[in-house]
Amino acid sequence: MTRFSASVHGWLLLLPALALLALFTHFPAAATLVDSFWSTPRGARGSVFIGLDNYQTMVEDPVFWTSLVNSTWFALGTIPLSIALAILMAVWVNDRIAGRTLVRMAYFTPTILPMIAVANIWLFFYTPQYGLLEQVLGAFGAPSHNWLGSQSTALICVIVVAIWKEAGFFMIFYLAALQQIPPHLAEAAALEGASRWTYFRRVQFPLLMPTTLFVLVNAVIGAFRTIDHVIVMTRGGPDNATSLLLFHLYQVGFSFWDTGYAAAITAVLLAILASLAFSQYFFLERRIHYR
Amino acid sequence: MRRRSVLGGSAALAAGLLTRPALTQGAVEVSFFYPVAVGGPITKIIDGYAADFEKENPGIKVKPIYAGTYQETIVKALTAHKSGTPPVTSVLLSSDMFTLIDEDAIIPFEELAKGADDAAWIKSFYPAFMFNSQTGGKTWGIPFQRSTVVLYWNKDLFKEAGLDPEKPPADWAEQVAFAQKLTKREASGNASQWGIQVPSSGFPYWLFQGFTTQNGVELMNQAGDTTFFDKPEVIEALQYWVDLSRKHHVHPPGIVEWGTTPKDFFERKTAMMWTTTGNLTNVRKNAKFDFGVAMLPAGKRRGSPTGGGNFYIFKKSTPEQRAAALKFIKWITSPEHAAQWGIDTGYVAVRPDAWETPAMKKYVADFPPAAVARDQLPYAVAELSTHENQRVTKALNDGLQAALTGTKSAEQAMKDAQAEATRILRPYKR
Repeated sequence: MTRFSASVHGWLLLLPALALLALFTHFPAAATLVDSFWSTPRGARGSVFIGLDNYQTMVEDPVFWTSLVNSTWFALGTIPLSIALAILMAVWVNDRIAGRTLVRMAYFTPTILPMIAVANIWLFFYTPQYGLLEQVLGAFGAPSHNWLGSQSTALICVIVVAIWKEAGFFMIFYLAALQQIPPHLAEAAALEGASRWTYFRRVQFPLLMPTTLFVLVNAVIGAFRTIDHVIVMTRGGPDNATSLLLFHLYQVGFSFWDTGYAAAITAVLLAILASLAFSQYFFLERRIHYR
Repeated sequence: MRRRSVLGGSAALAAGLLTRPALTQGAVEVSFFYPVAVGGPITKIIDGYAADFEKENPGIKVKPIYAGTYQETIVKALTAHKSGTPPVTSVLLSSDMFTLIDEDAIIPFEELAKGADDAAWIKSFYPAFMFNSQTGGKTWGIPFQRSTVVLYWNKDLFKEAGLDPEKPPADWAEQVAFAQKLTKREASGNASQWGIQVPSSGFPYWLFQGFTTQNGVELMNQAGDTTFFDKPEVIEALQYWVDLSRKHHVHPPGIVEWGTTPKDFFERKTAMMWTTTGNLTNVRKNAKFDFGVAMLPAGKRRGSPTGGGNFYIFKKSTPEQRAAALKFIKWITSPEHAAQWGIDTGYVAVRPDAWETPAMKKYVADFPPAAVARDQLPYAVAELSTHENQRVTKALNDGLQAALTGTKSAEQAMKDAQAEATRILRPYKR
């Protein structure tokens, strides 16, 4: 086989995946960017080129800024906590404990439930007066609180649901990674008299770094992508307290039918995600030890 | 329409595949999108209607397509419209009329129904339902599944509180007075039972329109290009709602979830609730106590907004399809079928003569609360509907929630909402 035919062969093998990616990912992304410079067509009025007007609208849109801030808090709230919880759970169920399979299954259950169902269940957890949370807190004599219905707590409630849902999923990756760590490292550490904490910090955690990067990228994307529970639980309320960026985007696109402006928000969202993913690879890649 | 290709491309593709006209043996096919917003085997009932209609009208094929919630249905219908193959007819929110007109998606019924009996047909519906169906002298929608807000009360709890269980509050003052008697507190100060609940999640504007109508004020004009959110009567109405929880402490603080409110009522956590007549069948099934249904209490007058869905006919259809769709709509809104639909679902039958049919008379005799919504219709007004409807509505919703959670005063909240609505509606004022 010549070099030329070999490379043709290679491209042909790539073609199906490449075609799908181009058709459903790259082309829409590029088209969105183009659309964001055009006005929204309405009825008989066609679309005209308006330059940066849609971006101007965005800067002046208070709900956009609220949503951006909310999304940032949502990401900062869910990502570190769900990853920490995932590691903790993975280390815990990696050991030989009684009922290990049962515990693993219990941790993983939230992941296999559909988010819509989960959100409906949590809706009743948070219900004032007879909700689970109220009953537990009430038993300790805490005052009643309308969790989803007040601006100060609604976003936190939404964050908790996301953590509960995601942590089990990330645990699976950590569990798989932990089982790849050769047992002789643990034996060596034991011989040296290293404590459990030192072993985790000096051996397990560094070896888990590739997994952490993978999970981190997924978590960041997930934090900007999950809005199902917002739609079910609060519809962005009260007064935009739980409006996340993607939720706002959905409203602008499919409730207000302002597709030009929605394209501009999409472009910004894509830019945020792309820069986050790149910086993660750029900064963390160098500190990761791949075997 | 390449510019629309990105948003909802796949939805349009799916909808397009579903609605491609398949003309076999000269039969006219009428595709028909409908949403389901209440409990029960609605899809089965609709399929049954379509089959019955086809039997009586050979040569017309009605293809009902269940399209999800109201919101999902309009998303599918409009993306299909933009891709060139919308359904011939669809049931969509009556308040989406201006959106559909602005998208140039629908045609007025006057273009199709030109005869004298057609004019009489359009006049045969309750006028309250036509407010949301007509603008600029034309009829754009035909009422089908419509509802209003009513008050449900727990007769057992009324008895316990020493109130007459057969007498619901008649006006605003009584509503507060009754609710005060019905609110129970534990030693810790936590309420174990509230007097009244008016849901405020999702679409608080709809329930708020109950308060504003009772206070004798409209929220918008019929042309749909002006709103009156900052009128003193509107602010007063909001203050009354806010005071229920903040001043009188008879209503839960913060936002009350629409979805859990019926459950709160079943669990005896609230003695009275405001919700749609569409919940009637649900309450009848699940309330383990004697309950009553009443018109909303009067302020300066009685009042409630109407809500629910209308039939629309889409522009991108052939004359034969339009004629066939009109025939189907006339058939399904005939007195007998309107009555049957009301009985099957709990929606308000949309025309007076439907209530004179034997089936409906029997139903009302068995279950008198079913007639409350009908009796309230003379006091009912149009649901808030303007150009850029969802955007304007959101401005109001945000303001209402800000006032109810206490981050803004009622006055400030309504002034901000009005400023935002005025800004959004500026292009539509000529």
